[in-house]
Amino acid sequence: MIEFTDEQIERYSRHIILKEVGGKGQEKIAAARVLVIGAGGLGCPVAYYLAAAGVGTLGIVDSDAVDLSNLQRQILHHTPDVGRPKVQSAGEKLSALNPDVRVVPHRQRLTSQNVLSVIADYDIVVDGTDNFPARFLINDACVLSGKPLVHGGILRFEGQLTTILPGRGPCYRCLFPEPPPPGFVPSCQEAGVLGAIAGVIGTLQATEVLKLILGIGETLAGYLLTVDLLTMEFRRVRIPKNAECEVCGEHPSILAPFDYRRRTINHARNARRPRSPVVGIPPTHVAGPPGRTRIT
Amino acid sequence: MTTPTVCAKASLNLRGVACPMNYVKTKLRLERMAPGEVLEIFIDPGAPIRNVPRSITGDGHRVLACEPEDGVFRLLIERGPDA
Repeated sequence: MIEFTDEQIERYSRHIILKEVGGKGQEKIAAARVLVIGAGGLGCPVAYYLAAAGVGTLGIVDSDAVDLSNLQRQILHHTPDVGRPKVQSAGEKLSALNPDVRVVPHRQRLTSQNVLSVIADYDIVVDGTDNFPARFLINDACVLSGKPLVHGGILRFEGQLTTILPGRGPCYRCLFPEPPPPGFVPSCQEAGVLGAIAGVIGTLQATEVLKLILGIGETLAGYLLTVDLLTMEFRRVRIPKNAECEVCGEHPSILAPFDYRRRTINHARNARRPRSPVVGIPPTHVAGPPGRTRIT
Repeated sequence: MTTPTVCAKASLNLRGVACPMNYVKTKLRLERMAPGEVLEIFIDPGAPIRNVPRSITGDGHRVLACEPEDGVFRLLIERGPDA
């Protein structure tokens, strides 16, 4: 049992007052280890709120440096941080916000070779990446490791999120068996993104993480939430578990993580520039094959 | 109201502790007690005596006694079954 200091009791008082949290819930948050992959548009608000909430160990994965074009939405990075490693910039802000949090920087790109060992030290994984090869790699690794995964994606004025509980619900690959063809889905660099959608989806991802830690409420496991800020439509779509899923189906063929080639029109075009860690899926891809999804 | 003859398991002096910290500290202490055990607290008049008993009752605990004592209030709270 953690003995909170007077300062901690005051810092977390608005959580402790909540019937669903209390001192015991705040202890669970303090004991939790969460890995945020990507310190970009989604990763910044996710990590910011999880640090504020007092998550005990917060791992941050990102190999990129801060670019001026990131600052419109990546709220942990400030103007003087341009050119600095994102994990360093993010780590400083998170530690300044809450010294209780142990921030673990992982300045690396995840591959099939390192993904299992990186996620092994964490209880929950958050996907805030900007590309499909990473999303599928993270999904497969979490399914194979049995780690809960909170996925998010944003593009233009739209976003989506879901929570994946391996063994208990569908995974990202149940929804999308394969990455879309290269260039099929534009990136934020090409299509643009409203900065605030990163905050909307990122804070919802942080909420899902906290609910998983606390064991309260109902998560988005088995559902995809799609958000359109132009129309303010929030839709929760049921995702069926796919018995034929290659990683979590009845006869899985994916038994270890593997890398998709990072080749899309967008990536080839911007090969010499650091990429923005924010890309989403447009509604055409979200909808999936006819008959596979049902609007609830 | 007369003080029942119950033995408080623990006591918290919350004189000078403002809302909502007085309630938060009471709630944390009650969480560490077993259902049926009694906590004694001392809180200030004004906002504390208006707010704390209501919040504690809302959490499912029972205020057994509430008496003025030396310019503050002494409360006996029985830890509820579901806190």
